[in-house]
Amino acid sequence: MKWPAFGYVRASTLDDVWRLQAEHGDGARILAGGQTLLATLAFRLSEPELLVDITRVAALGGISEAGGTLRIGALTRHAELGRDPLVARHAPLLAEAVPFIAHPAIRNRGTIGGSLAYADPAAELPACVVALGATIVLASAAGERRVPAASFFTGLLETALRPGELIAAVEVPIATPAHRSAIVEVARRSGDYAMAGLAACVTLDGPRVAAARLAYFGVGNGPVLAQGAMAALQGRALGAESIAAAQAALARDLDPPSDLHGPPEMKRHLARVLTARALSRFLPATEIAA
Amino acid sequence: MSARVEITLTVNGERVTRGVEPRRHLVDFLRLDLGLTGSHAGCEHGVCGACTVRVDGDIVRGCLVLAASLDGADVTTIEGLTDSGEAEDLQAAFVARNAAQCGFCTPGMVMAAADILRHHPEATRDEIREHLSGNYCRCTGYQAIVDAVEQTLVARRGDAR
Repeated sequence: MKWPAFGYVRASTLDDVWRLQAEHGDGARILAGGQTLLATLAFRLSEPELLVDITRVAALGGISEAGGTLRIGALTRHAELGRDPLVARHAPLLAEAVPFIAHPAIRNRGTIGGSLAYADPAAELPACVVALGATIVLASAAGERRVPAASFFTGLLETALRPGELIAAVEVPIATPAHRSAIVEVARRSGDYAMAGLAACVTLDGPRVAAARLAYFGVGNGPVLAQGAMAALQGRALGAESIAAAQAALARDLDPPSDLHGPPEMKRHLARVLTARALSRFLPATEIAA
Repeated sequence: MSARVEITLTVNGERVTRGVEPRRHLVDFLRLDLGLTGSHAGCEHGVCGACTVRVDGDIVRGCLVLAASLDGADVTTIEGLTDSGEAEDLQAAFVARNAAQCGFCTPGMVMAAADILRHHPEATRDEIREHLSGNYCRCTGYQAIVDAVEQTLVARRGDAR
């Protein structure tokens, strides 16, 4: 279907955005890469009065490193995330996630801020920022506030964003040499949203797991941090036994809804398979061969 | 609040200025306002890839870009790609391999395939399939399409050696 009629204004600064939001209230919608918003408008899922294009607001772009933190501007497009040297070095999980996101033509437009704001439960980047223990920087006319990624996603397609706020950036703690990360997923076709997926971050202390964060996607209302599975790994040597314990704990951690892909038990099965796939990658090469 | 927005942009090397309705997407702008009907409007919600064009050198879904947002942009369509001769060998391979059946997906498919030629000249067959995975061919003629792209890449690599 064609888009409904709406107005269009390009904002040059954040002050432009605040002014337009004050004038139009709920009728104003933020337009970034547009790869979700414009598709949903084609279904007439909403009829905004005004689209406020923020893609040329310089304050929302750029990738930089300071004080042990990698700051990724909300307007960073998926394709940029996939080829940026700072991301590759300091948050390799995000670079690894990019090829799973839709298709090249969409990755050239879609932004990390947009993906996080939409909070699709089967999307990769929300799970990645939760696994990384990242912080979401929110801006409004009143200033900035910071929300841990794990508290940002509050429900199905719902976030901690308040009216008048937008995502300014994502701050990711820089990966240490002991940090390991992996993203794995099962999708019917390349580029589709995942039937189930896992973004995993583990800090190793020799063979032992000092800390683990497992964020599953496509199996709940948003990214699901599997507390039981994480506890099952914590402090133990990473190996067949601890991986099996983590898999077993998923029975309590995950309560996947039935969806068009299949019933909850199938999703739990996929989550167990993905858990072994991801964690096995952190084993020394000899153990993988065995 | 849907007043026309004036944009000046470059399309296939020519500078154009038009007033567009905000709801006009790039493919309709190309087809209906500029008469460039090579880019096809298929699903119009970003799934099929028939509307693939280049904006500032990168391929995009033409149906998921507002024409109004393109002031200052540089757009290349299948017409511009053809005129430049940049993908002449690829287009010849599409014909030779019968990779265009009904032809509806072909312009978008060629734009996406030309992106492989430009940015991934060493792409394997699997990588070609992956790169084209967002372009649907409802005749299901994928083998011939991948063959045509692979043949072009191999020939170019041969020429370079």
